[in-house]
This record gives sequence, C-alpha cells and structure tokens, in this order.
Amino acid sequence: MPEVNIGKASSFQDPGRRVVEIGSVQIGVFQLDGKFYAYENRCPHLGGPACQGKILPRVLEAVAEDKKSAGRVFSRDQLNIICPWHGFEFDIRTGKHVAISKYRLRPVPIRTGGGDVYVTLPRKGESGP
Amino acid sequence: MGDLAQEIVRDLPEITAATDTRDYLAHAARFAQRHEKYELIVDVDAHLQEAQFWPEIIELLENDVLKQTAQTMLKGGMAMPLSNLAPGLNFQSMAGRVPHQSGPRERTDDPATAGHRFVQIVRRTMDTMGVDYQVIFPTSMLLLGLNPADGVELYLSRAYNRWLCEIILPQEKRILGMVYLPFNSPEACEQLVKEFGGVSGVVGFTVTSVRFAPVHSPSYMRLYSMIEDTGKPLVFHAGPNWNDASFKTLNRFISMHSLSFVHYNLIHMTNWVINAIPERFPKLKVLWVESGLAWIPYLMQRLDHEFLMRQNEAPGLKKLPSDYMREMYFSSQPMEQVHPKALQVTMEMINAESQLLYASDWPHWDFNPPHTVTTLPFLSDQAKRNILGLNAARLFDLPIKRLRPRPEDVVAQRKTDVLDAPAFREAREEDAELRFPGQA
Repeated sequence: MPEVNIGKASSFQDPGRRVVEIGSVQIGVFQLDGKFYAYENRCPHLGGPACQGKILPRVLEAVAEDKKSAGRVFSRDQLNIICPWHGFEFDIRTGKHVAISKYRLRPVPIRTGGGDVYVTLPRKGESGP
Repeated sequence: MGDLAQEIVRDLPEITAATDTRDYLAHAARFAQRHEKYELIVDVDAHLQEAQFWPEIIELLENDVLKQTAQTMLKGGMAMPLSNLAPGLNFQSMAGRVPHQSGPRERTDDPATAGHRFVQIVRRTMDTMGVDYQVIFPTSMLLLGLNPADGVELYLSRAYNRWLCEIILPQEKRILGMVYLPFNSPEACEQLVKEFGGVSGVVGFTVTSVRFAPVHSPSYMRLYSMIEDTGKPLVFHAGPNWNDASFKTLNRFISMHSLSFVHYNLIHMTNWVINAIPERFPKLKVLWVESGLAWIPYLMQRLDHEFLMRQNEAPGLKKLPSDYMREMYFSSQPMEQVHPKALQVTMEMINAESQLLYASDWPHWDFNPPHTVTTLPFLSDQAKRNILGLNAARLFDLPIKRLRPRPEDVVAQRKTDVLDAPAFREAREEDAELRFPGQA
C-alpha cells in the first residue's frame, strides 16, 4: 500500500479540509485541534462524495432538567462532515454517523512527518464507488 | 510510482449549489457500470426547479390580468409570483447541507448552440447517472392545487404545459413530460388532454396529489375516459403540505415530509379503489409517484381487512382492494432501504418485477441514483432490468433502444475539460511538490 505525501501540514487550516484524488482513490483529509484524520470520499449510504460536503457543528436537542426542550443548538465541540448527496452527518474525529455508528466513513491511515502529511492508499479493490 | 505521482495533483473542491451536475454526480457514474449491460434506463420522476425559469413560464400566461400581476411582482423582486409555496418553510436543503436542492446554479453553455439551459442540465444528469430517458415534473407547482387565488392553477398549468411542450420537449427527445392537469377545473383538464396529449414526448397526465379533491367525483369521469382512450397513464404525484390542519402539530420538517408525501396518495388511492374506479375504467393505467413504497403494503392490508367485513360499502369491487392496487404502477423513490426484509416483502406484494418503475427524484434532497436498484441483493437480474427501464418502456410505449453514453466517458471528458482549464493548470503547478516518500 503506497504512502503518499499530500503536502505541508502547515498548509492546512484548523479546522480545515482537503479532498485529494490519487489515481482512482479519493480521500478527504481533515485537521481538527491540531490532529489529522482521513477517510475515503465515499458515503456508506449510497456512495456519495461525503468528504466534499459542508462542515457544520453537530446539532443537539437542548433538554433542561425539567425535561422541557429548549430547541436545537449547535455543539461547541463536535464538528461534522456532511454528505452533500443526502445529508448523512459524520463526526470528523471518528468518521461515524452522528446517531447510528454502524454507518461510518472508511478511515485511511494518516501521519505527519518532517512537516508533511502522508496518507496510505487503500489496497486495490478495497476502494471503489 | 512516477505515473501515480503525476495524478496526485487533483484536488476536489467542496460541492455547492454551483457545482456542475457532472461533478456532483460523478460517483453515480462509477456505479452506473452495474447497469451498463441493461438495454434501457428510464427515470420516471425527475424535477424542474422552476424558480429560475419562472419568468419564461409567466411570459406564456394567457390571462392578461394574471400576467401583468405576475410580471409586476417579478420586477419587484419576488422570486415566484402566483406560487403558493411558502419560502420561509422551504427546509428541503437542510440549511445548505444538501446544496443541489438549492440549485441549479451551475454554468451552462450558450443556449443558442447548446440548447435551453434546463435541457443542458438534464442532459448532464442523464448522461452522468447513466439514464436514457428522464420524465420531468415541476417542483413548486406541486402545491398549486391548493392555491386559493382565482384562476391561478388553471392559467399557470396551461403556461407550464406550453413551456414544456413548445420549448423543452422539442429540444431533446430523451426528455419526457406529463401534462399538468388543473384538477380543480375538470373541463379545463379535458381541454389540455386534447391539446397536449398527443405532443411528442408527452407520456402521461399528472394530478398533483396535494389537494382536497375527491378523485371519485362524477365531474372527473369524462376526463378519465378521455385519458383511458389515449392509452397513456394518469399519474398522481405526491407532495408536501405543512398547512394541512393535521400536520400543523408537527414541529419538524422531517415529520411533515415523512407523512405528507404519503398522506395525499393514501387518500386518493383509497377513494380510487373503494369507489371501484378500476372497474369503471379497466384500461386506464395509473401510476403513483414519490410516496416511497412502504405505504402500499400498509394500505393493502388495511383495506383488505376492512373490505371483507364492510363489502356493502364498496359494492363495486369484484376482488380484494390489494388486487386492484397490484395492477397499478408505482415509482420507486424514495425507497425505504433501512429495513431490507420489509422492502423485499413490499416488492413481492406489489409485483415489483412488472409494476415498479425506477425514479430518481433528482435534484431533490432524497434522490435515488440507479444503483439504489442495482445494489438490491434480493432482486433477480431480470427484475432489475424491468424496474430500471423495461416496465416504463411498456407503460410509456418507449422504444427499447439505448440512447445514453457510457457514464465513465462523460466523467472522463469532464475531467479532461477541467484539467485543461487555465485555473486548474495553475493549481497543478502549485501542487508540483506533492511526492511519494523517498522520491526526488
């Protein structure tokens, strides 16, 4: 499995995202709080380009101690990547669907070294539409 | 390694409402290889998002007062005058999470050489998803049946039918359409059947289901007879309506949408069957669109259960309600896939192999690309073939002849076009440092 240098770590915003196509493989690379995460750009739902979607904080239901809802609020610490095809939302830190964790983006090994960011390409046949 | 390194440079941008349809759906093109061997793919429900084409439709209004009213509103900045769509309740795009719902804002080529902007976009969609034909329905006009203003449904529907039949259909034979029936005016519906029913590319007549009209009313019998004589189907297209009294207690769009798209077709189907309309018009073909599939076995079971006890209230029926429903046609979208066993039973109950028609609903937020069907594990290859195209060919009398290009060729050409663009060449030079470990 080839490891590919995709650029300087300093070139990524934080939070930031870059989606790269390497041969026939598409990988979404995210930086969040100084840590890098990478996933195949393929939604487990219907194969949409999940990593190219909008990035938004998770929406939560604010329920008070008396069990009354105060409506919906944005999370202060959880950021999601959202598939633009149908809106499936995945936690950038885990790649898991925010509610049903069996739906998850396929992780790609990623590391930094010498100021650069490296991803390990999936084996041929592992990746696909 | 060297060849691969050369390919590393391609960065993929965030997808927005301005993204070219060929890029937006590029992943669907990869999946389209699964149906590459199939002879015909027909998408029986895709949509015009008419806001940006509204001035063209307004221009065709044949009532001077309404036309002057609408054009004045347009000049004042209103997006869709005369439409009863409530913009403040338009949550379909999920606050921008699903951008194509807010489009299309992509660039298109010069219409003088490449055709009408909408035609260009539909071609891109069909080519990228691997579809031979696409049947177009409006979007905002799905609510027009509840427009209280005098004459609006009547005149807007006529203007839409003219726009469709005079401007769009003649430009692309792969685009098909349905005559919009202003169902609140039965005699006007009859006139439109006569006038537009025989237009090339018109494959049926649609009733937008969001309305409170009883489909068994005597005022519709002549219309049904006329449609039966054409051999083309009557199509009930579902829609959302948050203003329905029952739905006003629903506080989230997801709740309203889940129920509303089923609700109106449940009511129309119930009236259709219990009043034995199929017995009166045995050759009239009926297609139910965009309510998903789960409602059908639910209604079959409910009506069969009560019919055996209360036959005296449905004396026109000669068989179970579900037997009539099983002879009708249904579109596949939005296909409820989370419970595969239930979906399999549903498909068995509706005779999906002969009665189900593939629909994408593109560009709406819950669209289904063709691989929604090809990836189902319990369908035979022949069933997939039928659902994806052959059933529609039978219903719409379409030639079984492939018209679509190879989707991978469309994507490859698009990639070449983008790579050749000056902006991308500059980005490629900036990315020249990308390399493998240990590579010079």
